[in-house]
Amino acid sequence: MVASLRRHLAVVTAAVLVTAALAQSTLRIGLAEDPDILDPALARTYVGRIVFASLCDKLFDIDTSANIVPQLATGYTVSEDGLTVTIDLRTDVVFHDGTPMDAEAVKYSLDRAKNLPGSNRASELEQLESVSVVDADTVELHLTTPFAPLIAQLADRAGMIVSPTAAEELGEDFGNAPVCAGPFRFVERVAQDRIVLEKFEDYYRADEINFDRVVFLPIPDTSVRLANLQSGDLDMIERPAPTDLGVMRSDPNIVIPSVPSLGYQGITINIANPEPRTDPLSSDPRVREAFELAIDRNTINDVVFGGEFVVGNQPVPPSSPWYVPEIAVPERDVERARQLLDEAGVDRVQFEMMVANNPEAIRVGEVIQAMAGEVGFDITLRATEFATALDLQEQGQYAAFPVGWSGRIDPDGNIHQFHTCEGALNESGYCDPEVDRLLNEARAAPTMEARYDLYRQALERYLPDRHIIYLYHTVLFFPHRADLQGFQAYPDGLIRLQGVSLAQN
Amino acid sequence: MLPFVGRRALTAIPTLFIVTLMVFAIQRSLPGDPALILAGEQQDPEVIAFIRQKYRLDDPLPVQYVAWLAQLARGDLGLSLRTNERVLGLIGSKLPVTIELAVLSMLVAVAIALPIGVLAAVRRGTAVDYGGTVFALTGISVPNFWLGIMLILLVSVQLGWLPASGYVPLSEGVWENLKRMIMPAFVLGTGLAGVLMRQMRSSMLGVLRQDFVRTARAKGLRGAAVVVRHAARNALIPVVTILGLQLGALLSGAVLTEQVFTIPGFGKLIVDAVFNRDYAVVQGVVLITATGYILINLVVDVAYAVLDPRIGAR
Repeated sequence: MVASLRRHLAVVTAAVLVTAALAQSTLRIGLAEDPDILDPALARTYVGRIVFASLCDKLFDIDTSANIVPQLATGYTVSEDGLTVTIDLRTDVVFHDGTPMDAEAVKYSLDRAKNLPGSNRASELEQLESVSVVDADTVELHLTTPFAPLIAQLADRAGMIVSPTAAEELGEDFGNAPVCAGPFRFVERVAQDRIVLEKFEDYYRADEINFDRVVFLPIPDTSVRLANLQSGDLDMIERPAPTDLGVMRSDPNIVIPSVPSLGYQGITINIANPEPRTDPLSSDPRVREAFELAIDRNTINDVVFGGEFVVGNQPVPPSSPWYVPEIAVPERDVERARQLLDEAGVDRVQFEMMVANNPEAIRVGEVIQAMAGEVGFDITLRATEFATALDLQEQGQYAAFPVGWSGRIDPDGNIHQFHTCEGALNESGYCDPEVDRLLNEARAAPTMEARYDLYRQALERYLPDRHIIYLYHTVLFFPHRADLQGFQAYPDGLIRLQGVSLAQN
Repeated sequence: MLPFVGRRALTAIPTLFIVTLMVFAIQRSLPGDPALILAGEQQDPEVIAFIRQKYRLDDPLPVQYVAWLAQLARGDLGLSLRTNERVLGLIGSKLPVTIELAVLSMLVAVAIALPIGVLAAVRRGTAVDYGGTVFALTGISVPNFWLGIMLILLVSVQLGWLPASGYVPLSEGVWENLKRMIMPAFVLGTGLAGVLMRQMRSSMLGVLRQDFVRTARAKGLRGAAVVVRHAARNALIPVVTILGLQLGALLSGAVLTEQVFTIPGFGKLIVDAVFNRDYAVVQGVVLITATGYILINLVVDVAYAVLDPRIGAR
C-alpha cells in the first residue's frame, strides 16, 4: 500500500517536474525598442545592453546597490602609481563556440574594443594604453594616467569578452551572430520582431539558469506591450508607461520590481554653443536661477509621472552613494525668483524651449511653461522629432532643451563629458577651468572618499551656473508575471536571469 | 494582349527613375543627422566621423545619389545603417509578411463587401440597404489603430482567445500563424470593406438598370442568375480598380496596424527606418513599394481586359 502510494507520488512528481520543465523552457521579454547591432564594441543603444546581459558576460558586474563585483574576473589590484591594473580571471569559463575564455581572449577583446574602426568603446577605454598577458588567468592593464572609472567601464560593454576565434572568423558580421561567454547563446534575430537566445549548457553558472530559451520581442507601443503582459504572451516587459502602473498594480497576476536609474533628467540651457549668447537666459546666471526657482520639481513628477519618479538636483539620484545631501533640492520660490529678475534688470524673459515630440516630454514642457510663466518667463514650446532635436542641439540651434542621460555606474560618466570645456557632450558650451581641474582630479583620485570630495566641490562650483538644471530621475520598472520568481531590478536597467525561474502552477 | 502589357511595362522605367530621385531628395532634406542618431547617447566625435565616412554621408549629395544608383544597377540595395544587415535581405524577410497580411485583409474585405454590396443594391431602400450603409460608414470611420487596440484588450487580455501581437511565419505552423493574423486582417479588412461595399452597391445599381439585364430577365432567367452571372460580373470592373489601388496602399499603408499588432512587415520597417534616418532602408523600401504599385496597376489593367474584352481590343 505504502509502496504503491510512493510509486504513485513518484509518478505525479515526475509528471509535475516534466510539466514544469516544459512550462519554463522559454522566457519572453518585451523590449521598448529594437536593439541596434549586437557587437559589444559597436553597440550604441540602451536596449541592446539588456540583450547583452544574457549573451555576454563582462569582467565585472554590479550588484543591486550599484557596487562593482567580479564576473569573469575574480578580483583586481591597482599599482601604487595607479598606472597598472592587474585583473585575475576565472579559470572555468568557455565561450559559446567552446574555445576557452582566458587572458589571451581578454587582451584580444580589450584591444578590439579600443581599435575596431567605429568602436563606441574607444573613448571609454581612452586611458588604457596596452594590455599584457601575465599568465593564462591574469592580465595587466597599463594606463596612460590613473583612471578610477576604468573598473566601472569594464562592468559594461567595454568589459564584455568576445571569442577571438569567432571575431576573427566573422569580421564585420560578428554583430549578426555574436559569440560570447554569457548564460545564453545566440540563435537568431529577425529585425524588429525577435531575438532568440538558448541556454548555454557549458556556462560556468549553468545551474542558476532555469530557461532553455529567452526571446526578446521589441514592442514599441507601451499599451500593446502591457496588453501582451496581461494576456500572458510576455513574461516581462521593460519601460512601461508610468501612467499604466496603477492598472498593473491592480492586476494580481503582475508584480513590479523597481529601482531608481543611474541617470538624470534635466534642462540643458545653451549659454555658449557654438558662440557665447547674449539673451538674458544665456548670459545672466541670475535669470537662470530665477528660472529654476520658478519650477516645482514635485509638480512635474506628480502631474506627468503620477509621482512615480524621484525628484533631484544633481547628476546622480538621491539613492546614489555619490549624492551630496548637503546640497538640498531647491523649493519653488516665486518671490525670490521675481526679485532675481528685478536684480537682473529684466521684466519678462522670452525664450523658446525645444521638447522632444512625444506626449510625456511635451507635458513636462507644458508644466514647466505654466510654472515659469507665473514668474515672468514667456516660454514657447517647440515640439521637435527626437532625431532632429539632437541635431539642432549639437549645432547649438536651441535655447533650452529638457533632455536626459541614462547614466553610468561611475559618477564620472554622468558629469565629466557634460561640464568640462572640451567634453564630448557639453552641448551648453559651458567652460570653467576650475571645474575642469576638479573633474580631472576626481578621475585620478585613489579613494572613494577623495573622489567624493572632489565631485562635491565640482557640484558646488557648477550647479549655481545652472547650464544644466537637474529635475528628476526616472525609476526603472520591470513588470512581470507573478509566477516569475527570483527577479531583481538593477539600477543599470539590465535584466539578469541568473536565479530567475517560473513557479510551478 | 502582349503588346498592351509590354507598352504598359515600358512606362514603368521613367516612373521608377523619378521615384529614386524623389525619395533621395526628400529624405536628404529632412533634418536629423543619421550619424548623430546612430552614435547614440554617447556621441563620441570620432565615432560620428567614422559613421559619416563609412556610409558616405560626407560626400556631396549628387555623388551620394549616383553612388546609390550605381549600387542599384548591381542589384544591391546597400546595408542598414542601424543593424548592418543587407537591405535586400531585410525587405525579403518583411515582404512576405505584409503580402500575407494584405491578401488576408483583402479576403476579409471581399467576403464582407461583395455580398452586402450586391444585396444592398438588389434590395435598395430596404432595411438591408440601410444596414449595409451603416456598416460601411462604421468601417470607414473607425480608425484602424483604435479598433486594433480595442480588439487586443477584448480578445486577448479579457477573453484570452488569441495572442495579443507578434508574428509566427507560416513555415512554423499554419494555425500559429493564423492565430496572430486574424485580428490585424480583420481590422484592415473591415476598413476596406466599407469602401468596397459602397462601390459594389453603386456599381451594381448602375448595371441593374441597363438593357442587357432587362433582356436577361425578359428571356426568363431567374433573379439570382441574373444578379450573379450577368449584373455582378459587370459591376465588378470599377470594384477591381479600387481593389488594386487598395492592395497597393495596403503594402505600404498597413503601418499603424503593423505597429499596433507588432507585425514585422513593410510598414513597420519603413516607420522605424524613417525615425532612425536609416537612409538605405527607407530608399530600398520606397523603391520596392513603387515597383509593387506599378506591377499591381499592370495586373489591374490586365484584369480589366479579361473582365471586359473591349478594353484590351482598344
